[in-house]
Amino acid sequence: MSEVKGFIQNKFPDNLVFTTADEIINWGRKNSLWAMTFGLACCAIEMMAAGATRYDWDRFGVIPRATPRQSDLMIVAGTVTLKMATRVKRLYEQMAEPKYVISMGSCANNGGPYWRHGYHVLKGVDEVIPVDIYVPGCPPRPEALLYGIMKLQERIQEDRVTRKRGLTVGSLAGATLDGAADGAK
Amino acid sequence: MDAKAIHDALVGRFGEKILSADLEAVSPFAVVATEAIVEVAEFCKSDSALAMDNLMCLSGVDYPKEEPPRMEVVYHLYSYTHHHTFALKVHLPRENPAVATVERLWGVANFHERECWDMFGIVFAGHSDMRRILLPDDWEGHPLRKDWEDPEYYNGMHVKPTEQMAERAMGGEAIGVGPFDFTPPNANVETE
Repeated sequence: MSEVKGFIQNKFPDNLVFTTADEIINWGRKNSLWAMTFGLACCAIEMMAAGATRYDWDRFGVIPRATPRQSDLMIVAGTVTLKMATRVKRLYEQMAEPKYVISMGSCANNGGPYWRHGYHVLKGVDEVIPVDIYVPGCPPRPEALLYGIMKLQERIQEDRVTRKRGLTVGSLAGATLDGAADGAK
Repeated sequence: MDAKAIHDALVGRFGEKILSADLEAVSPFAVVATEAIVEVAEFCKSDSALAMDNLMCLSGVDYPKEEPPRMEVVYHLYSYTHHHTFALKVHLPRENPAVATVERLWGVANFHERECWDMFGIVFAGHSDMRRILLPDDWEGHPLRKDWEDPEYYNGMHVKPTEQMAERAMGGEAIGVGPFDFTPPNANVETE
């Protein structure tokens, strides 16, 4: 580090930090993902395990909230029935921007075991709300969910808050990470 | 009382109205004439030797391939006093199946009969609150009937998956965060 010399080096006091607005906003957003408590089926058990002491998603700044008004992240953990789907949509609409969605488990991803013979199951929660991250598994282990959360954090970090162009995370989920990166170039 | 004694008691009391029985089945049952189910059920509950004070389960069954095709309602009864069980069945036509409610005898029948109507379309005459219980109120049809066909849409949501949806679901890595590495940690360790 001592080799690097810039024209502003040593010109300011030590407690001054330079960064971009995007960096600092995204840093804040990705490290305080308040997740809505939202368990629909057996995936919720794994989600609870991810929140409990052994896996402890508090380390990532994920704190479960009991209301959509205080939530940034919706983890759709479990089977979304057609009856529940309208409620899921309503809850998503009640969340404040920016909002992110993790679809957890096969049922939420595409109907899973109910793909063919489930008269009552929505074939993927992305039919009603935009999804940022899909976590496969039936149910996924807590590690998989944590990996999904970390992937979401990576995507949030690449968001362009002050220069929104093209597809970005949170505004139009379902866009691929590559697409978001291309839009920013 | 064992199943045979219960069956004998029923036949002794109701005779012709007990149409048939299978006492060797896992859950021994008697088939009761549809119009007699309430009085038979009432007898099962009030008779001190039977004392079937608990309706454990009330279910519907659809048999479209039987001759003639029929639906059944099965009443699984249990006695807390004597610790014996018995099942009653009624046979119903598949067109406009209807049977009298037993809600007056066992309060729990309220929910069970609503579910049975919800899933099979079996009407329980005299029921105090014949509404859907599990499916949404605006649902059409009774999905556990064997001739049930999924509609294309329900409230704008696909019920029957399309080819495009299948293609998309199969291309998991294109939309997901994968590929996940599920290799066990010691998979690369050579074992002798």
